[in-house]
Amino acid sequence: MMPQAKPAAAAKRPLTYQEVWGRAGIYAFLGVLALFFLLPLYVMLVTSFKSMDEIRLGLIFSLPQQFTVDAWVKAWTSACTGLECTGLRVGFGNSVKILLPSVVFSILLGALNGYALSFWKVKGANVLFACLLLGSFIPYQVFIYPLVRVYAQTGIYGSLPGIVLTHVIFGMPVMTLLFRNYYSGLPVELFKAARIDGAGFWKIFIAIILPMSVPIAIVAVIMQVTAIWNDFLLGLVFAGRENLPMTVQLNNIVNTTTGERAYNVNMAATVLTSLVPLAVYLLSGRWFVRGIASGAVKG
Amino acid sequence: MSSVSLENLDISYGNVPIVKKLDLTIRDGEFLVLLGPSGCGKSTLLSAIGGLTDVSGGRILFNDKDVTWTDPKDRGIGMVFQSYALYPTMSVERNLSFGLRIAGIDRAIIERKVKWAAELLQIAHLLDRKPSALSGGQRQRVAIGRALVRDADIFLFDEPLSNLDAKLRAELRLEIKKLHKTLKSTMIYVTHDQIEALTLADRIAVMKDGIIQQLDTPLNVYNKPANEFVGSFLGSPAMNKVEGQLAADGDRLFFAAGDFRLDVSRYLFAQTAESGRKVVLGLRPEHILPASGSAAAIEGKVSLVEPMGSSILAWSVFDGVSLSHLVGQDDGCEADRAFAVTIDVQKASFFDVETGWRL
Repeated sequence: MMPQAKPAAAAKRPLTYQEVWGRAGIYAFLGVLALFFLLPLYVMLVTSFKSMDEIRLGLIFSLPQQFTVDAWVKAWTSACTGLECTGLRVGFGNSVKILLPSVVFSILLGALNGYALSFWKVKGANVLFACLLLGSFIPYQVFIYPLVRVYAQTGIYGSLPGIVLTHVIFGMPVMTLLFRNYYSGLPVELFKAARIDGAGFWKIFIAIILPMSVPIAIVAVIMQVTAIWNDFLLGLVFAGRENLPMTVQLNNIVNTTTGERAYNVNMAATVLTSLVPLAVYLLSGRWFVRGIASGAVKG
Repeated sequence: MSSVSLENLDISYGNVPIVKKLDLTIRDGEFLVLLGPSGCGKSTLLSAIGGLTDVSGGRILFNDKDVTWTDPKDRGIGMVFQSYALYPTMSVERNLSFGLRIAGIDRAIIERKVKWAAELLQIAHLLDRKPSALSGGQRQRVAIGRALVRDADIFLFDEPLSNLDAKLRAELRLEIKKLHKTLKSTMIYVTHDQIEALTLADRIAVMKDGIIQQLDTPLNVYNKPANEFVGSFLGSPAMNKVEGQLAADGDRLFFAAGDFRLDVSRYLFAQTAESGRKVVLGLRPEHILPASGSAAAIEGKVSLVEPMGSSILAWSVFDGVSLSHLVGQDDGCEADRAFAVTIDVQKASFFDVETGWRL
């Protein structure tokens, strides 16, 4: 296949006077918007590198006079979350422990569901899929109490398996939709050929479908990592005291009501907590957009 | 080696019947082509023979053994798809050997079979490539190879050449014909391309709306179409159709449509054709010949000519009836000029106006 030639002539045509001003206007507008949205991040970063004395002056937009990383160190190692003063690193570790299995299992389950729904014409598959989708439109809060009861009965309430299972369950509708739509774009002959070759349900899934799923799996990883990392409510309710994720600990640090409010530590802690999703977005923006365009939204 | 029998087969999607009460026997080693327009159920039928589509009634027999509910892999079939359906993440070699590896066959045997198929199809130099690095023709060769290595008794082809350009199509068509000659396996081939059907088939089954209209050798299907649909579906340029009625004049029988009259005494009617019966005359363009001064010539006026390379397709009006006919390059047929032809009545077809069946 030849790469498609770009219409070079159209691109090189000199712009008219009007077009130049039009473009300038668009860029100016976009620039202002970008600045507006970047402003909070700027304030957070600037504040996190100031000492409390400097913050009390109230000049929130000014650059730090004396640059210090004390607040960052404190946020990571010794900020107090409730009674314990061990900083965010405990929460970070917990979040990673919750994140990894949740992402892996929810994606595998979504891929398996999507595969079964789009290739094996199971009776009632559409009804099943509709129910699954319906489930994703019901607010989390509705499920929480029944789930707490069920977990309490089965003894996994407030444990790592409990919170992982919760994330897998709540991630399932979107993951299934994502993979189902991706798989329905694959030629069904592939599946038929594999059946004639003698491959069964699992063999087709593992040897043929999964290796073809890399692009959509990357999208799924991005979606699940950001969603699970940013989760607060489920972590608070289901993780138990030992496994509270970083977001819950951040809240505990920021919302401490005794003593002086350490704005610099709060800002540093917040940036630290958002680093993982931020990195995911920055490193994978292209894939993320592709995923949204290719399956997550179109039904 | 296998024969295939379909008995009273019904296939439907939900409540929509696709194939209705179909009976068909394919002999051992036969090359049968299922020909028909899109949506006629030919691919569905093939898919059912392969075990990929469930039937809703009737039986499928391979060598008199009922395989209606047998798993595709246990039917001893190889299937080639229009979209090639190669596993994109595997090399050509692994594509070919996938089925054998699943079956747990000995490595040395797999290697030998893959080598044999690759050499037969001239793809031995491509074994390490991924399907994405192959051309359309090469991909289809690999797909055929995948069916070959399985030692299939019955080969199923689902429009295998439809995605290829005209030149490759002709090339691979020949290849498939050679393959059939070499392997002598039973082959069932689905296509909407009449040229493929006519060139490849031992017998053609022309299908429409899930029903076989005619099952016969390519020559018979072409020369003696069983009904109007078969007549107009096969043949390019298309068959002329003229509605009119039969009229007796003394001991001669004529076909009349307005002023147009044609002596059809020499046509062999399959049924007794009485005078006054309303019929459709089907005439292939190559059976209307430039007249060489014979008495039976009909004079007409040429309205349009379409040069087609080896010959010219002319559209002329004869006594109010417009017919297309083939003329040679040197016959002096030009638009807006008079031209005389004779009609080979023995090669014409007559169909009943109402039912469309051949008379």
